[in-house]
Amino acid sequence: MQKFILAGFVFLIWMNGGCINSSGRNDQDISSSTDKYIENKGSDTIVNLALAWAEEYQKSNQDTRVSVTGGGSGTGIAALINGTVDIANASRRMKSEEYENAEANGIEPHEFIIAKDAIAVIVNHANPIDKLTLEQISDIYSGKIRNWSVLGGEDLPIVLLSRETNSGTHVYFLEEVLRLGDKNNPTLFSRDTLLLPSSEGISSEIRLNPNAIGYDGLGYVTPDLKVIAIAKDPGAAYILPTPETVIGNTYPIARDLYMYTNGAPSGAVEEYINWIFTPDAQNIVSELGFIPIVNP
Amino acid sequence: MFKSRDWSEFVITRIIKLTGYSTIIFVVLIFFFLLNEGFPTFIEVPFASLISDRWYPIEGYYGILPLLIGSLVVTVGATTIAIPVGLCTAIFISEISPRWLRDILKPAVEILGGIPSVVLGFLGIIVLSPYLRVLLNLPTGLSAFTGAVLLAAMSLPTIVSIADDALDAVPRSYRNASLALGATDWQTIWNVTVPAARSGILTAFMLGIGRTIGETMTVMMVTGNAPVLFKGFLSFLYPVRTMTATIAAEMGEVATGSIHYHILFFIGIILFLFSLVINITASAVVFRQHKKVEKILS
Repeated sequence: MQKFILAGFVFLIWMNGGCINSSGRNDQDISSSTDKYIENKGSDTIVNLALAWAEEYQKSNQDTRVSVTGGGSGTGIAALINGTVDIANASRRMKSEEYENAEANGIEPHEFIIAKDAIAVIVNHANPIDKLTLEQISDIYSGKIRNWSVLGGEDLPIVLLSRETNSGTHVYFLEEVLRLGDKNNPTLFSRDTLLLPSSEGISSEIRLNPNAIGYDGLGYVTPDLKVIAIAKDPGAAYILPTPETVIGNTYPIARDLYMYTNGAPSGAVEEYINWIFTPDAQNIVSELGFIPIVNP
Repeated sequence: MFKSRDWSEFVITRIIKLTGYSTIIFVVLIFFFLLNEGFPTFIEVPFASLISDRWYPIEGYYGILPLLIGSLVVTVGATTIAIPVGLCTAIFISEISPRWLRDILKPAVEILGGIPSVVLGFLGIIVLSPYLRVLLNLPTGLSAFTGAVLLAAMSLPTIVSIADDALDAVPRSYRNASLALGATDWQTIWNVTVPAARSGILTAFMLGIGRTIGETMTVMMVTGNAPVLFKGFLSFLYPVRTMTATIAAEMGEVATGSIHYHILFFIGIILFLFSLVINITASAVVFRQHKKVEKILS
């Protein structure tokens, strides 16, 4: 009797295994060998945009599969250098050490500017401060100013929020805001800066904490966060980040968003990159809160 | 005559031996891999820089002291909360509560242990952190204390489960003897039952601590990840950066073979050694208990 039950179990398992195999074979038939795969990895700032592009592109190009992953600009560039992705997304330029590493690995990075982004400095809605100079922000983030009252706000300690060090946004902020664009400036983030692993972490802490100040790409700022108007120098006008001010180059901390490929792109990758510069793709850029490079 | 029963026994014995040895082999292999990838740190990073107090790897500051201290602070904090609460819960479940309550409590504790660490981290960001910020008047609720509370919640089920089983295993005769001599219920529990279950309870504590040290996702979300040094008791209420969160956050961006890569593996070696030390201590304590018991019984 027991042998009969055991045999029955084995039979059932065998039949189920057979089911899995046959459905797998069906999938293989649909996705034929002419399918093109594009691997796209890198900046978390660009990831939502890259995903929207991938979805739109795949609607009109059924034979191409684009896969998008985040992980930070540093991650994407490292993957390009290791030869594991086709396109690396980066919200900062590649550094000279990274170019050297790429050459050592036989990789030849080609750079494309695919959109523009503004870095918005955000505070809690209850915070009375609504404008700062670039120098003040640098002093806040390097730890020289520790209390909101020094800037005319309430007597509360300043809590600094930042992205992690692998983020292109972090590096850009370090170079352009903390160091005011000066390569020889040794200023670093204050040791007490909270390094949060995602943009959502920053948004949520600012929403709940009136002491907090943070920065992120404009595309990640929701209406319930307060954006600070920034003046490039102490005498200049205070500008809010909007598509007009970024394209007009009046907002002081705006940057280009990049995609890097290995060598000049060819085949499916070339078609995809060419499509990114068309008005259809650039419309998606505006929809997501970034700034298109091609006026649609 | 080659009986089929002898042959199958031979094969099964060999297979079981192989799987037993393979566990040891895997652990040794993992350790050698870590050592291989992490050892170049000693060559590439000067020792003084390694024990400096600034961790900012993209600019060449490789001081791991803040990370070590961050992990220790959160672990010690979590342990301080989890051990008393865990022990008392285990005592309550096994000795004091009526049968029907025990049947509800024990599964409830197991369910708490099944909550994924990411979910607890998320609850920490949205619920616990703002609450603690307001309650204790802190600049921010993302602190070592929040991390410790959540880690205690995570290691509690481990501690309660194992301690409860240990207390259960104490023979009825111990309790009966103590009560017959006129001791009260609490005197019996605290002076007879708990000491008798000591080795199991210590194992429970050690496993709880082991779980706490290796926890990554929760601490990455709620401790703020600021690499600061511990300056006095109040620093517990301020942000810290743990070793596990550092590895998780930065491993993705390193180029294979770079200094940053090697030092992250070096941090992995340190974590491995921590766990090793804890497990060896636990085993040594349990072994000593057994030897004592054997001496008494023989």
